Amino acid sequence: MSAVSTPLPAADGRARRTRAAWLAGLGLALLALPHVIYPVLAIDILAWGLFAVAFDLLFGFSGLLSFGHAAFWGVSAYASAYLLGHGQGVPVALLGGTAAALLLAVPVGFLSVRSLGIYFSMITLAFAQMLSFLALQWTDVTGGENGLQGLTRPNLLGLDFTNGVTRYYFALAVFAAGFYVAYRTVRSPFGKTLQAVRDNATRAQSIGYNPTRFKLMAFLISAALSGLAGTLYTFGHGVVSLDVVSWRTSGEVVMMTLLGGTGTLFGPVVGAALVLLLRDVLTEANIPVGIMTGLVFVLVVLFFRRGVVGSVQHWFRRR
Amino acid sequence: MNTQLLLIQVFNGLVNGAFYALLSLGLAVIFGMLRIVNFMHGALYMLGAFTAFALGQAFGLGFWPSLLLAPLLVGALGMLLERTLLSRLYGLDHSYNLLLTFGLTLLTQDLVKQVMLSRFDVSSAPFTPPAALAGVVNLGFVIFPKYRLFVIALALAVCLITWFVIERTRVGATIRAATENPGVTRAFGINVGRWVTGVFGVGVALAGLAGVLAAPIYSVEPYMGAELIITTFAVVVIGGMGSILGSVVTGFAVGVLSAIGAAFYPPIANTLVFILMAVVLLVRPSGLFGLPEGAR
Repeated sequence: MSAVSTPLPAADGRARRTRAAWLAGLGLALLALPHVIYPVLAIDILAWGLFAVAFDLLFGFSGLLSFGHAAFWGVSAYASAYLLGHGQGVPVALLGGTAAALLLAVPVGFLSVRSLGIYFSMITLAFAQMLSFLALQWTDVTGGENGLQGLTRPNLLGLDFTNGVTRYYFALAVFAAGFYVAYRTVRSPFGKTLQAVRDNATRAQSIGYNPTRFKLMAFLISAALSGLAGTLYTFGHGVVSLDVVSWRTSGEVVMMTLLGGTGTLFGPVVGAALVLLLRDVLTEANIPVGIMTGLVFVLVVLFFRRGVVGSVQHWFRRR
Repeated sequence: MNTQLLLIQVFNGLVNGAFYALLSLGLAVIFGMLRIVNFMHGALYMLGAFTAFALGQAFGLGFWPSLLLAPLLVGALGMLLERTLLSRLYGLDHSYNLLLTFGLTLLTQDLVKQVMLSRFDVSSAPFTPPAALAGVVNLGFVIFPKYRLFVIALALAVCLITWFVIERTRVGATIRAATENPGVTRAFGINVGRWVTGVFGVGVALAGLAGVLAAPIYSVEPYMGAELIITTFAVVVIGGMGSILGSVVTGFAVGVLSAIGAAFYPPIANTLVFILMAVVLLVRPSGLFGLPEGAR
């Protein structure tokens, strides 16, 4: 994506301070969250936030617009719900969901990262549609149209998960672990190489990097983190339905990332929070969600491509 | 499997294929010439059906005037969108077109839903085929609804005309020149921007036409384009993005193949196209009729 650029490493001291400020601000906001809004919504923000971070790893840092990321989020939501529904504990559900997403990502990633640009978007969309078909048909496992409902979350290490706030802080710990993985990935030499591949694949190849292998690695990490996010969704809602594998879900994570700012990592979390809070208000006010969502999408793409966090960072850097 | 039943399936497949072909043809015209990935195509198809319905409700217009008027109105809306919104994104990555039109889709669907509910008091509406096309026709080996045969015939004719105009006429040559080499074409005194808007309008009008044609078969409702557009994108990718011939041939072929597949295993109908797409992309990454990336 040529229109969005990540900070140059040269502005280190200042960039590091800005990052620390974002980290502190985001951390404090997330710690306070369940006391401001109801816990299910708060956990939703964590789940979608992590999903959007995982998507941004691929889109913002590798230049791959996946239009089928719901596949990984969805397969993991179903897998973790299935495990919870069959008497497994929360840790098994979290790991199982993440593993399911990673396993799915191996063939899908292998087949799709060779395609470029819009072809990549389309082939990822195709795989997501196949999965959504499977979810509809395989009723024994997915519950088909009804989905999987009434999941209980057995208590863990003395944590009482019937309490929404406790559930939130547990989810926050999982979120933080996932965010840390994404953060370390982006800041590592591997992450820098990814950005080099994104900006100029031919040049990256000519200095000895294999673009396809790097993209595949990014794809796998992104899918696994989307999976971890999907488990949080199940954990928060206690219900999983066909929505989780719908193409609208794939579109929504794109919107959250764009609104927050692609290539920023903090942005997607802010974007997810804004979209979900906006939707909550709209539902209360009985305004059709699609009208607002669509409008936000259009305005962001036309006039606000840096997104919230990207714009703020840009403004600070110019001063 | 009963041969009679299979033949009926094949015919129904051709009807679905007619819609795939009309829609993917519009997408191919728009992508092949303007390099715009128009996710909104399904919503514009729905707008075609909705416009026909609304014209009937508001002015008592029947099927035939709507068949002409609705595509024109949808095409005009498309041209307006191209001028005011899409043209701001030229020169940026294709992804932004996809994202903008995705947003416009969500917006259009829910706006139409609101209008249908508040103005017409319905969430979906049936649409009767014209009297001249009511009833069935006996083809000797199978009995088939007249209207569906008409849809197949008209779609084929429109696809042929579009192909002919673009590949074989001076107008087509000008369009291809304007889109392949805007600078040089401009130097010949041709207003490239106007041609681009026009081509987009025609592509979008094809979606509107498909919508009107679909109205008597499926009922008119705000989300009727949502699943269809995903399938159509798969058709376009299988055919080779931007290939006029590929989109038409693949459109009909996918319709028929899905119908035959569904005769043996009904649930597969909607997914067969994505399986096909994955297989084709593995073997020929640029689609059956597409040129490899960079060859254009």
